[in-house]
Amino acid sequence: MGKRVGMEVAIAAAEAVALCNIDVAAVYPITPQSHIAEHMADIVHDGRIDAEFITVESEHSAISACAGASAAGARAYTATSSQGLMLMHEILPIVSAMRLPVCMANANRAVSGPLNIWNDHSDIMPQRDSGWICLFTENGQEVIDLSIMSFKIAEDPEVMLPCVVNIDGFQLTHMIEPFELPSQAEVAKFLPPRKPFAQLHPDNPISMGCFAMPDTYAETVKAKDVALRGAKKVVTRVFADWAKRFGRKYNVVETYKAKDADTLMLTMGSMGETASAAVDEMRKAGRKVGLVKLRLWRPFPVEEFKAAVAGCKTLIVMDRALSTGGAGGPVATDVKSVLYGEKKKPRVLNVIAGLGGRDLAVRDFENMFDLASKKKDETFEFYGVRE
Amino acid sequence: MAKKKTEQKAWPEKWHEVNPGCMVFAAGNAANTKTGSWKSQRPVWDNAKCIKCGICYIFCPEACIQDTQDGFYEANLDYCKGCGICAHECWPGAIVMREEEE
Repeated sequence: MGKRVGMEVAIAAAEAVALCNIDVAAVYPITPQSHIAEHMADIVHDGRIDAEFITVESEHSAISACAGASAAGARAYTATSSQGLMLMHEILPIVSAMRLPVCMANANRAVSGPLNIWNDHSDIMPQRDSGWICLFTENGQEVIDLSIMSFKIAEDPEVMLPCVVNIDGFQLTHMIEPFELPSQAEVAKFLPPRKPFAQLHPDNPISMGCFAMPDTYAETVKAKDVALRGAKKVVTRVFADWAKRFGRKYNVVETYKAKDADTLMLTMGSMGETASAAVDEMRKAGRKVGLVKLRLWRPFPVEEFKAAVAGCKTLIVMDRALSTGGAGGPVATDVKSVLYGEKKKPRVLNVIAGLGGRDLAVRDFENMFDLASKKKDETFEFYGVRE
Repeated sequence: MAKKKTEQKAWPEKWHEVNPGCMVFAAGNAANTKTGSWKSQRPVWDNAKCIKCGICYIFCPEACIQDTQDGFYEANLDYCKGCGICAHECWPGAIVMREEEE
């Protein structure tokens, strides 16, 4: 078994990636991701791993360098946050369209303006359709585990797609926690060296990222969508493999006290831990409340999600982002579309909360629950906004 | 989705025939795409005026102008798009653009 250590989660994320035998890291520092970048640079500088650390000039360059390295057959890694992710936006769909298994940590942070460095999910939501596998973490141990698993998922011959692990900025990245760091030998057994399907090499020239006319483009989009949807099967398989080797079980959709619940709350990311505590409190008060947590956000785990909410009457979606001018939070709008065709479906209520790093304590979840319960229609509501 | 390279068609008809990542394994086939059919005008050289400076050769964006054995220049009309840059840049005025129908 691995060693039990205590360290900052951002440092642990870099340590976990170092165990993955990466070849190239191209990272541009940005708050609250900087500690990942700095520690990654330290690890490479100290010669602890045989990798190239590229000190790029922007996030656009960072993801481009990773794309190039991955096309040449390397295991490439990057990390970013907020505005940095926005700068990567142009390259993100290219990386997925070229089926390059680049892995990335995204320290979730609000998007400017106004300038804000604290946590919410408004950076990843505009990128959700870029064809990346998108995972959310809840605590430090999950950051380590999912960072390592992300390489295995991304590089699977059935998948060959990039993967982003979302780590709530500050709430997680700057937290010092105890966790179990797997040993190098265990990770090496779990994650063999990358075997690329095809790679750029002068002896065997191929072209990647070609031009497609209107008569071919739609077919390529469909092929990519099918590949991304198919990735769910591999994610489940890798989760099962991890549980067998390391004893920590993960599901694409997690539930907590949801079996007999009338009302379910739905969260993503670090909110889940506080929400679990809120569920415990509300259960003590005799309310039949449960919790659903989406670990896998893209591809959306449609069947697992439907099964998780099958018995409940009301579903309260706590969104940490807003689709400005849209129908509410991005998670709630997705959830509503997924349930639209169902005959028997819960009422979906949506609360937007915790934007720009505003604290959400146990009491806040109880308040949000009360706020949503009073609602008559299925529109969204801001929580904690002064009026 | 990952199929063996040998199983793949040269040109995808259906979505599942698209190579992963739209990769093209037959590299170096750009020369098969003849772009000369697009042009409405073609460059014609008057070698009496030509001073063999090579400006047309340098400026051709299609790289379809080549030097002949006697040092003059001519365009490979399979790849010439008829943009007229060579004629515009030829300062001795040795190149004129002529309508394709003529």
